Amino acid sequence: MERNGFLELRGIASRYGATQVLTDIDLSIAKGEFVALLGSSGCGKTTLLRLLAGFIGPSAGEVKVRHRDVTYLPPDKRGMALVFQSYALWPHMTVAQNIGYGLKLKGVPRQEIATRVAAMQSLLGLDGLDARKPSALSGGQRQRVALGRALAIDPEILLLDEPLSNLDARIRLTVRHELRALQKRLGITAIHVTHDREEAMVMADRIVILNAGKIAQQGTPEDVYNRPASAFVAAFMGAENVLFLNGTPQGDQFAIAAGPANAAGSVPLGGRALAAGPVEARFRPEAARLFAADEIAAIGPGITFRGEVAAVSYPGGHWRHVVRLGQTEIMADAERAFEPGGRVAVFVPAEALFLFNLPEAVSAFPISQTSSGKVHA
Amino acid sequence: MTAAHIPAARNPLAALWWVPRGIIFGLMAFFIFGPLFNLLLWTVAEKWYFPHSLPLEYGFSSWAKVFAPRGGAMESLTNSLIVALLTVVVSLALAIPAGYALARLKLPFRGLILLAFLIPQAFPNLTVYVNIARIFYEIRLNGTIPGVVLVHVSHGLVYAVWIATAAFSAIDAELEQAARNLGAGAFRAFLDVTLPLAAPGLMASAIFVFLESLDEFTGSYFVGAPDVNMLPLLLYTTAAGGNYQIASITALLLLVPSLVFMLIVERFLKADVLSRVGH
Repeated sequence: MERNGFLELRGIASRYGATQVLTDIDLSIAKGEFVALLGSSGCGKTTLLRLLAGFIGPSAGEVKVRHRDVTYLPPDKRGMALVFQSYALWPHMTVAQNIGYGLKLKGVPRQEIATRVAAMQSLLGLDGLDARKPSALSGGQRQRVALGRALAIDPEILLLDEPLSNLDARIRLTVRHELRALQKRLGITAIHVTHDREEAMVMADRIVILNAGKIAQQGTPEDVYNRPASAFVAAFMGAENVLFLNGTPQGDQFAIAAGPANAAGSVPLGGRALAAGPVEARFRPEAARLFAADEIAAIGPGITFRGEVAAVSYPGGHWRHVVRLGQTEIMADAERAFEPGGRVAVFVPAEALFLFNLPEAVSAFPISQTSSGKVHA
Repeated sequence: MTAAHIPAARNPLAALWWVPRGIIFGLMAFFIFGPLFNLLLWTVAEKWYFPHSLPLEYGFSSWAKVFAPRGGAMESLTNSLIVALLTVVVSLALAIPAGYALARLKLPFRGLILLAFLIPQAFPNLTVYVNIARIFYEIRLNGTIPGVVLVHVSHGLVYAVWIATAAFSAIDAELEQAARNLGAGAFRAFLDVTLPLAAPGLMASAIFVFLESLDEFTGSYFVGAPDVNMLPLLLYTTAAGGNYQIASITALLLLVPSLVFMLIVERFLKADVLSRVGH
């Protein structure tokens, strides 16, 4: 078993007309690995998948499978099965014909096709539907036929183009686990394109986050969730609260200067290369802890902000507060509700506070959802 | 019907809606079926002249004349059917690749190319066909079945290509890509996926071309006559000679395939294909 370099992308770039869609994509995927390509729409993730499937050629770079260059092979010679977002089932063929088509192309005898299609159908819970046309199936059934059609040819690599996005929220949750279990059982290498962070977290061994045609970060789900490499990744992974602070590294600590909403404090650097100066701080609402203003709020390393509750709501499981810190508003969750108008302390533990040096200009919050203003400490 | 009840409650005049409606439908029926009925009467009339509004004698002697070995009707009918079928075959053989290319490829001047198929119809038919006849005479195509077929193809290609383009555009390219992805070559994907899905539209274009060819007069006259006689020509000569019985029977012969094919079109031509004609 090859641990590394089963599927390799080297310096892949792609342009559509004058637009650069993908730039310098390097990726090495091991056999049997489940990789999620995560990004917002227009980040190039679907382009990358179609490039792997052979529907578009890269403008630069190469794709290798088992060290064999497949960059310019036509789609039918690649042995990668793609599950389309639209499913692309053939409306003039029955379920059995759809699933068996790839086998028919390979010249498998008719009897064997029938047995293998039947096996695939029972694997996917499609028994008894062989004679149905796709138009007579539900969304979930169509999705499984599309998956069955791709799996029937025993592909080495399975490409999934947001195959769950057309399903109801409830079915989607079960299909996630079914798909992941099936992929593990069959030992297929899977590349899954999605814009759904939770879906990527639950299903993938490795998450590759794309931003504007470049790899922003790749790593295990817990890696990208807990150690985002950039403000973009932090925001994309849910750390949508953003504050601007000032600080200087001191030994293995990063000392944060006092500001209008926070007292001075320090957090461990933990190997991060932070330079002195203004930093962008990001954290998740669920990572913050709320206290009444007069309670002692420092438990372990972290930063405490002081502000006023602007609104409170109950989305389920916890209370979500909008807290005004100076001119900025942030979100923070708590077990109990604090009255709007009350003074509170918001404690963010050091390990949940993501700090990034600002690029030269202070324009570094492209997808911040709380961009009502900013506080310069 | 239910729609008529609701305003009736408010407006007593609304109850009289059926009067203008009845008149309009009656007139439409008269304009459509009146001439047809007249034609049917003529086919069985033995004697019918001016002041009488109905034939004086009925009989089938004209039918016997038409189908007599020297009547020429059978020959014209055979010629017309052979030419129409060949026209369909040639038109589709050209329209399938052309329509596919126009639907799928990013061609420059795509609209212009589609419009170009209209050119044979853009100029007065007579001018075009007289010149074609002259050229065909030189290359000895005049008075031959292939010559007539070529003229009909030039005329029918606009329908064939436009409808085929619409039929192929209506098919999602991802359906082909799915076949390619599973290991089908480009041609295999076309045969297994694209062609069966486009078949209803192609069938409809074939029917249009067939009907156009059956009906076509000017080209058949200049290129075909007098060696290759077609049904419309027979209709013309008999009607011009005042023999309305023979003309009506010929017209009826022309009408039958049209009616049969209209029924088939109605079954095959889906609205989603029609809506893409010219796109």
